[in-house]
Amino acid sequence: MEEFFRYIPHTRNDVQQMLDTIGAPKVEDLFESIPGQYRLSKPLDLPSSLSEPDLIRHLQAYQSDRYSSFLGAGAYHHFIPAAVSHLISRSEFYTAYTPYQPEISQGTLQGIFEFQTLMCQLTGMEVANASMYDGASSLAEAVVMAQRITKRKKVLLSQAVHPEYRRVIRTYLDPDQQEIIPVPYREGEGKTDEKVLLGLLDEEVGAVVIQSPNFFGVVEDLLPVVEKIREVGALMILAFSEAIAYGILRPPGEMGADIVAGEGQSLGMPIAFGGPYLGIFTTRERFVRMMPGRLVGETVDLDGKRGFVLTLAAREQHIRRERATSNICTNEGLCALMATIYLSCFGKEGLREVAVMNLSKTEYAKKTASQIPGCRLAFSSPTFNEFVLQIEGNPGEVLTKVREKKILGGVNLAGFYPELHHHLLVTVTEMNPKEEIDAWAEALEKSIGQRA
Amino acid sequence: MLLTLCSMLHALCHENMADDMVSKLKDTGLIQDEPLLFEQGGEGRKGYSLPRWDVEEVEVRNLISPHLLRKGLEGFPQLSEVDVVRHFTRLSQWNYGVDSGFYPLGSCTMKYNPKLNEELARLPGFSAIHPYQPEELSQGILKLMYELERFLAEITGMDHVTLQPAAGAHGELTGMKMVRACLEARGERRKKVLVPDTAHGTNCSTSTIVSYQMVEVKSSEKGIIHPEQVARQMDEDVAAIMVTNPNTLGLFEEHLGEIAEIVHRKGGFVYCDGANLNALMGIVKLGDLGVDVLHINLHKTFSTPHGGGGPGAGPVAVKKELAPFLPIPVIEKEGEKYFFNQDRPDSIGKMRAFYGNFGVLLRAYAYILTLGAHGLRKVSEMAVLNANYLMKRLKDYYYLPYDRPCMHECVFTDRFQEEHHVTTLDIAKRLIDYGFHPPTIYFPLVVKAALMIEPTETESKEGLDRFIDTMIEMAREAEESPDLLRQAPQRVKVRRLDEVLAARRPKLKWTRKE
Repeated sequence: MEEFFRYIPHTRNDVQQMLDTIGAPKVEDLFESIPGQYRLSKPLDLPSSLSEPDLIRHLQAYQSDRYSSFLGAGAYHHFIPAAVSHLISRSEFYTAYTPYQPEISQGTLQGIFEFQTLMCQLTGMEVANASMYDGASSLAEAVVMAQRITKRKKVLLSQAVHPEYRRVIRTYLDPDQQEIIPVPYREGEGKTDEKVLLGLLDEEVGAVVIQSPNFFGVVEDLLPVVEKIREVGALMILAFSEAIAYGILRPPGEMGADIVAGEGQSLGMPIAFGGPYLGIFTTRERFVRMMPGRLVGETVDLDGKRGFVLTLAAREQHIRRERATSNICTNEGLCALMATIYLSCFGKEGLREVAVMNLSKTEYAKKTASQIPGCRLAFSSPTFNEFVLQIEGNPGEVLTKVREKKILGGVNLAGFYPELHHHLLVTVTEMNPKEEIDAWAEALEKSIGQRA
Repeated sequence: MLLTLCSMLHALCHENMADDMVSKLKDTGLIQDEPLLFEQGGEGRKGYSLPRWDVEEVEVRNLISPHLLRKGLEGFPQLSEVDVVRHFTRLSQWNYGVDSGFYPLGSCTMKYNPKLNEELARLPGFSAIHPYQPEELSQGILKLMYELERFLAEITGMDHVTLQPAAGAHGELTGMKMVRACLEARGERRKKVLVPDTAHGTNCSTSTIVSYQMVEVKSSEKGIIHPEQVARQMDEDVAAIMVTNPNTLGLFEEHLGEIAEIVHRKGGFVYCDGANLNALMGIVKLGDLGVDVLHINLHKTFSTPHGGGGPGAGPVAVKKELAPFLPIPVIEKEGEKYFFNQDRPDSIGKMRAFYGNFGVLLRAYAYILTLGAHGLRKVSEMAVLNANYLMKRLKDYYYLPYDRPCMHECVFTDRFQEEHHVTTLDIAKRLIDYGFHPPTIYFPLVVKAALMIEPTETESKEGLDRFIDTMIEMAREAEESPDLLRQAPQRVKVRRLDEVLAARRPKLKWTRKE
């Protein structure tokens, strides 16, 4: 029985001709090397195949409704120019693979070279790789890399780093090789407690990890700590989850960071329920041979023409095998291209303007919210596009009531920080019009006021 | 082929022009010598658009201390939208993808990427949804992920699945961490992992990263691993054996069932690298062979695009025993309600923020529903048929180190061409002149100068015949005019590139000339 299956071109004739050439009577004979006792006698228990129109109808029902959103916490709603989606839909980009044959992959390779350049510019660092899986795993690999370089055990980790990022670091670390020492944030200010940090710094510390803007949206200052970090011979690792902040914030490279690891989703990737995202990894040139991930370098061809190739592969799994700097192979190539196109569209002026717009809208929301009875700003430090609100009443119940107005009012922090059990993390971007912010404030006011 | 046409035009144009004209026309569409972003555009050029300002624009220095602010975005592109679109359109034209032609990279499974799945992934009810939105609002999405887990478990014959890892190597790391955690929960601190000599580099690097010492298991002359060899090396200090089935030679590991028993008897686990799953769907289940944990490459077997280096997804499937150690959160179902369970005290933790590369997962889900049970079986049958057809027709022209039926890929070497001083590299580069993407070269390492060809099932017989005819013609060229291969490729934007220079004097970003 010949059933047509999509994407398989073989006709019965094709199959017969090919079997004749091979000298096998039937297709089943090609699987003779599989011992009979294991060969399946009945079909897989899966749904029957769906045609294209039927599949579309089926899947449409799985979609979520879209609400007005004030959610952030590592995944951000930003405007994605039409040019980005259009260009990455070119199949020469998205149906290509790792550029192992550089002569026919100059598109991918030049794109990555441009991405590496932009990431260095954005973070003020000397070298960037072709991407990591996401901000969290990029940060975890940075911490592991610090151990490779310093051979030291202790890692001072700010508690204001995204809780999921911290969990991923803990998962990645080998407890025999590295130990995490938490550094608290200052109550009332929402930034890493630098006094405690300085007190913990000694020559057993290999890495210090701070996120800026941190999970609370607070802009951290590395200068008070970076000198002593250098003195004891530890590495300063700066993390971020909101790349757009660097449209206005000082590049970590200028503040003394040794490795910068962060999330690039804000630069042109849809929020897509958590992935695929973009791990950004940049560092100093002197650490290049210790860094994970792919690197694209410039070179020339036989005629002296400029071209680009994968390089310094001796660090990687396919060359170094068990002594590789990481096992990463496939990374987030197309997402890196999205970021490159996004930054090409926004450019020198646009990245600054979108950042200022984020800051301005958030300030407006902060001012409005602080006037709501039962609501106050939890932290006094300057923020970028996220802030923490302390509210009276149960945040879960308040958010549920706000949701009735089709508004996702914020992230309940109780699940992340037990001490912040009356707190919401609120994020405002250029995608929240003023009316939406006003509606949010109104809904919040009503919901807090309605407590029994 | 577009590449050939462009190159011919390129050559034609240059032949009849003075040098200064050529350099002036550097940026013209057909000649396509596309500069970097930073080498074009100009001061004040803009290509962006933002929502209108409906709040007061803040004075940034009043809110954030000036010493925390950047002076500007020096070196950033300043381009109009047209500049951007042309730049990346031109770059794309110097790229070869599966949509351009045959892409027979061994173990990469470069099959057709369905366009329908691209559209579905872009539906706003998926692409605009925040991962922290309340679960009650994400029931459809959670259901999709839950169903995908069930499908993958069924296909591989395993019990539980996590969709969290972002790539195959990420899945290996996840799976091996789970093995380590399970052994530690038993109070055991084993130190070694057995890895066949045919293994992919990621298997080796994963073992080290999880702090195991890698011990190599040599394959027999048949190209597969043997129970006697494994029994010699298996002891109570070995945490696991990491196999690939079919292996990287394209051969089914026939003794895996017995090998699994040997490993289990001493309390170890069997990890299977699922990169070659395209050969097995509906025909055999890896779980039935004794595999305890495996990863699947959705961007290989399940048709999601390779993207020029990702994004992919590497779900991990495990047997019951390893389930407690799965990364959090785990998707569970109670009645008709789906939810994330974070309360798993033995979990290894998290491998990334959020839940997985959802955009990729959705495409794989759509693919599975498009093919169905019978279709997936046909996928594997045709993948294996295509590889065997290729192998049979080429074996008289290229040396086959393992002359027996293969699975979904086959491995040749350059032994016949050696006497003419033509290498695997030359063969690969000459294929480019003929408009094909070369197969994988110099891997697996157990074969000297390997040429690993995986056609996949989406290649038609005519497509295969075109490739075969070309390879046969090239074998003749190797004998009669070997320079054609040694100087290849010629019909390209850039010829062979100096990789030694690239490594010796790394230039990894653009810098403004002083």
